[in-house]
Order: sequence, then C-alpha cells, then structure tokens
Amino acid sequence: MAQLANIPIRIEQPEAEPQQFGNALPILNEIRHALARFAESAEPTRIDLAAMPFGPGDEEHLMALLGRGEVEATIDALGPTRVWETRFPGVWVLDYANVEGERIALQIEVDEIPQMLRTQRADITDSLTALDAALASATAADPAAESRH
Amino acid sequence: MATSKTLGESLRQHGVSRRGFLKFCAATASMMALPPSMAPAIAQALEKARRPSVIWLSFQECTGCTESLTRSFSPTVENLIFDVISLDYHHTLQAAAGDAAEHAREQAMNSNAGEYLVVVDGSLPGPKANPGYSTIAGISNYDMLMDTIDGAAAVVAVGTCAAFGGLPKADPNPTGAVSVQDLVKDKPVINVSGCPPVPMVITGVLAQFLTFGTIPELDEYGRPRAFFGQSIHDRCYRRPFYDKGKFAESFDDEGAKAGWCLYRLGCKGPMTYNACATMKWNGGASWPVEAGYPCLGCSEPDFWDAGGFYKALSVPTGSPGDVLLTAGAVGAAVGVGAGLMSRNQGKQAAKHHDKVTADQLEEKL
Amino acid sequence: MTPMDFLLLTKGPLFSLAIAIFALGILIRLFEIFALGRAHNYAAARGNEVIPGLKTMYRRFNPDPGTFQRSTFDVVVGTLWHVGFVIALLLFIPHIELIKSTLGVSWPGLPNPVVDAVTAITLLGLVAVLIHRLTHPVKRFLSTPQDYLIWAVTFLPVLTGYLAYHRLINPYPLALGMHILSAEIFLIVLPFTKLTHIFTAFVARYYNGAIFGRKGIQS
Repeated sequence: MAQLANIPIRIEQPEAEPQQFGNALPILNEIRHALARFAESAEPTRIDLAAMPFGPGDEEHLMALLGRGEVEATIDALGPTRVWETRFPGVWVLDYANVEGERIALQIEVDEIPQMLRTQRADITDSLTALDAALASATAADPAAESRH
Repeated sequence: MATSKTLGESLRQHGVSRRGFLKFCAATASMMALPPSMAPAIAQALEKARRPSVIWLSFQECTGCTESLTRSFSPTVENLIFDVISLDYHHTLQAAAGDAAEHAREQAMNSNAGEYLVVVDGSLPGPKANPGYSTIAGISNYDMLMDTIDGAAAVVAVGTCAAFGGLPKADPNPTGAVSVQDLVKDKPVINVSGCPPVPMVITGVLAQFLTFGTIPELDEYGRPRAFFGQSIHDRCYRRPFYDKGKFAESFDDEGAKAGWCLYRLGCKGPMTYNACATMKWNGGASWPVEAGYPCLGCSEPDFWDAGGFYKALSVPTGSPGDVLLTAGAVGAAVGVGAGLMSRNQGKQAAKHHDKVTADQLEEKL
Repeated sequence: MTPMDFLLLTKGPLFSLAIAIFALGILIRLFEIFALGRAHNYAAARGNEVIPGLKTMYRRFNPDPGTFQRSTFDVVVGTLWHVGFVIALLLFIPHIELIKSTLGVSWPGLPNPVVDAVTAITLLGLVAVLIHRLTHPVKRFLSTPQDYLIWAVTFLPVLTGYLAYHRLINPYPLALGMHILSAEIFLIVLPFTKLTHIFTAFVARYYNGAIFGRKGIQS
C-alpha cells in the first residue's frame, strides 16, 4: 500500500472547531426522562444509539457531555463489551464489539447495574454444578482430605 | 441442508455463553431496528428458532446486492446468523455450477417443501418478454422463479431491481423487465429495496424471519416498516439546516464545506424511505449525505427515471423552459392577431355607424 | 398507479402541459389587449403618460381612506393573504429551484420556517375570506360559481404545499404529487378566469395612470 500512502493529503482548516449538528442534546433529554422514570418507579430503560441520526461529531459530543464515572468493566463474550458508568450515576454506556474489535452496537442503559453485568440465574445453577464437580475432583486428588473424615 | 437443531443449541455448540447470547440479542435487536427492550423476546424466540433453508436466485442484476451483503462487517452477528441459516443455493457464491448447482436447488426445494425462503436479486423479463434476455443453465428466469417459489414459505426481493424493476426496467425497458411482486401473487413478498440495500437491512430482514418466523410489518410497497418506515429527510442529521434554510449550492462552496443541506444539489431525501441515515454504511462509518453527496433515492420505484440526480426534487423532469418559450411565442402571435382583428372590426363598425344596444352588450359579457 | 408513478406524471408530462396551456392562454389575452390599443386622443397632452402610469401601478396598492373604512376586512385580510401567497410562491427555496430550471433566473430565498409561518397565515386568510363571502349577504349575492372555483384552485396549492412541507400526508411522493397537480390546475385555470387579474391588474392600472397623466392630473 506504499502507493496509497504517497497520495498527498491536504487537511483544510485543521484547527477548526468540530462541527455541531445539534443531535446530541435531544438524546441527553431522553436520558434525563429515563432517569426520572427510574428514580420514580425503578423502571430501567435502554436506548439504542444506532437508531439515532447522528452526524459527524454528535456521538463524541454526547459522550463528552456524559463523561466518565467511577465504574468501568469489560465483558469478554463474543468479543469485548466495554461498560462504563457515566458521571451521572445510574446512566451506563455499553459499547459492544465483535472479536475483531468492530463496534456492533452502542447502547445507553439507565439502571442500577446493566443487565449484561449481572450473573444470570441459569448460570448460577450451572456454576453450582461446576463448583461441586471441581470440589469433588479436588477432594479426590487431595490425600490430606481423607484423614479429616 | 437445514437441520433440526435449534439456534440456541447451535450457539452453545459454538461455545457461546449466556452473556454472549444476550449481547448477540442486543445486537440483533439493534440490527432489526427493534427497541432494545425487545432483546429478551428475541432471546426466547431464538432459543427455539430452526435453521431455515435459503435459496438465493440472481436474475438481471449487477451482483451489487450480493456484494453489499458480503460487505456486512464480518465476522459478526450476520455471520453467526449465516452459520445458522442454510444457504443452499446462490450461484454467485457457491462452488458448484450448471447441472450440479441446479441439482442442489432442486434438492433443497424437495427436502424443505413449504418451509424454505427464496431470496431474489435482480429483475426478470416478464412472461410476455423474450425469455432469452436472461437465462440460467438454459432455464429462463421466469420459469426458474415460478418453479422455485412453488414450495416457498416467503419470497424476499433484495435490491431495487427485484423489488421494483430497477435499472433494467428504466425507460425504455428493452428487456421487458418486471419486479418479483409483479409475478408472485400467492406468496408473501418482502421487498428490501436499495441500490444496493444496506447490508444490515438484508440480514435484519432475514434475522427477523429466522427469529420470529413471521413476515414483518410492511409498507405500501411491501417493505419492512422497521427499516423503511421513515424518510431519509426525517432522520437526516443535516435536517436542522434544511429547517433553517441553509443550503449548499455547489459541491465546493462554503455551505458544502460546512455540511449544510444538499436539497439544492438534488438530494431526494424527502421522498426516499430507507435506513441509511441511522444504520449507515461500512459498519456505521458513513453514508452518502455524510460524505457530502445528495441522496439519489435508490430505494424508491423508478428512481432512474425520476429526474436528474443533481436537480432539486422540485424541478420538473421534462424541458418546461422550451415548452414555455414555444407556447409563449405562439400565444403572443395569436394574441396580436386576435387584437388586430378586433381593432379592425371596431374601425369598420365606426365607419358604418353600426349601432349596438345595451342588451347586446350585456350578452357579450 | 403507485405514488411514485403519480409524482413522475405530475412532475413530467402534466407540468409541461400545464405550463403550455398557461403560456398560450395568458399571452393570447395580454397581446390581444396590447394590440387592441386605445382610442386616439386628439387633445393636446398636458403631461407625461409613462411615469404616472408606472406610479399608479404601484400606488393602487394603497387603498384610499374611504375604501379602507368601508371594507376594512377585505383590505386587511385581502392584502395579507395576497402578500403571503406571493412570498410562499416566489421565496420558498424549492420553488426558486423550479423557476431557475424553467426560466433560468433565480434570486435568494427565505428560511423555511419564515415561509412556513407566512403559509399558515395565508391559509387562515383564505379561509377567512371564504367565510366572509358566504356570510356577507351582499358578497354572497354578487358571487358567481367562478368565484368559488378560483377560491378553491388558489386554496388547494397552498394547503397541499403546507401538508407536504409538514409531511402530514404519507408517503411523501403522494403529498408532493398532489401539491404539483393542484398548482398545475391553478396554472391551467388562470388564463380563462378572473385569475388573469394577476397580470391584467397591472395593465389596467398603467392605462388608468397614463390617461390621467396625459390630462395632467393625479390618478
């Protein structure tokens, strides 16, 4: 790709302000309503940002407005999902990526803790079985355990 | 061939965890343009979903739709879905050709009778046109379509050619091209228009059928409302500029650089219903208007014949300037003639002292 | 016929037909008037004809005090919707694009929200004048079927334009097609009805002003 790199690129107005298309504030308002709803009736909300008509810079603007809070987590399932609480507690951002690191979805979740972070009931049942099995095999392998009986 | 394995089992076999499945459902909801609150319902339905057999027929087309589909950013949800649907015939993508390929199609039809999904891209010469314009393995497009849809559960017309006739049908339509819905009357037809359609919209419609086994809600053109329910204009991030009356007037003026509305450069966004403005292209990288290019209206019927791509939507398609000049010249000439004639009549009347009564004048009014 | 077929029909052949009938009709009328000329005046001219003629074309926009007092409603509402109609017609950007493509001339437009507000006022004005015409006994007596016809062909393009702009009819090609069709009906009807006053009013004003100017008095 040496030839591609040789094509001169001229960036006009490099110091110009990033463009504002004004589509971030309505989303912020929607989040505000969701937060009010959650405060009143504990009803969680999820907002799919892929369905929003964002222009260049709108998403960055929204993310800058939301900022970063105290919690940050990564879930490793079918590629990384980055989760963070914004500077408004109860407002979470979930950035889903595939195994190649390309974004497949971007959501705002208004909840105490995002659904994705919770351990599911079925997993806990499976987990108990797995732990029992691990315990059994560990016990069988440990000679000291025999004497304690 | 379609197996009896459910999608849930298939995914677990792929080593997908429950969180992974939840993520998959969130992404699927987003892809199907459903609200995120639908994710649990999708999860439930997907657990039970079975791999449908898909037969893909390509007729008078440019392969752009297949190109678009394969450009859905891979490997991702779409590929997972393609791991779990069974694409049994697609003569562009499959290795087999000729008789062997046709054999695969017939086998898929026989073993999944009444359940398989037919995807069509491209228009086809109608029953009255010369079938020689487009054939596959010696079979005319018309015969192949009619034969294949016989045992189909539903037909998905992918691309504007299959949905509305598209480029082959553009004036003067030399091959007598017609759309799928012109021919298929006794099976549900889902139109996924666009030239090409947004890849996520193609997979989204297939995902919807796979997930719920139902036909999505369609608009008057048979397109799924979830993707085609809103116009480009209504979802355009440049809409505020239209509302303020700020327009780019050429492709390199200040307005174009500032990202103003492209209406005057021929944007057909107000009449075009598609998902480009939100789903965007190339994995959400951009879309035509974001690249500074007016919408062509490619998901609408007859968009090829709907006037110049760089002429505003309000501009007539004929040459009204010439008509105006010609009619104006004739009008002026006739007018002068009529005026002079009346004037002469008046003069003659004055000369002969013609009399006129009030009643006669009243009649003339 | 799909909404798109309808839009393409109105944007293509129907528009050409409408504009041909309009140009033919209105120019026959105007040139007939010009060719007729006026009776020769043998009296010596006391003043210029042209300047008073042009002045009167403008001055008749101001109603004389008596007229204003007698028919305040007609003057105020009539002026309001006429001005609104002309603004919406000539200063809305899509209309300017249409004129540019047909006549090759263009001028700056107004921001869409301004045109939108003006259109709303025009619609209300048109509804008000119809109600007035129907309720006022004298007006009602004087009204002919043609008066109601030209009210309708004037009202419809404004109404359909407003509906199309606000996207209140779906799908949009249907809304836009209806708007274009109603404008075409307006164009076709124009040369053969009282709507010719759009052009002849100024001819009449000029003649009036010129006659008085020649006599050396103010019109």
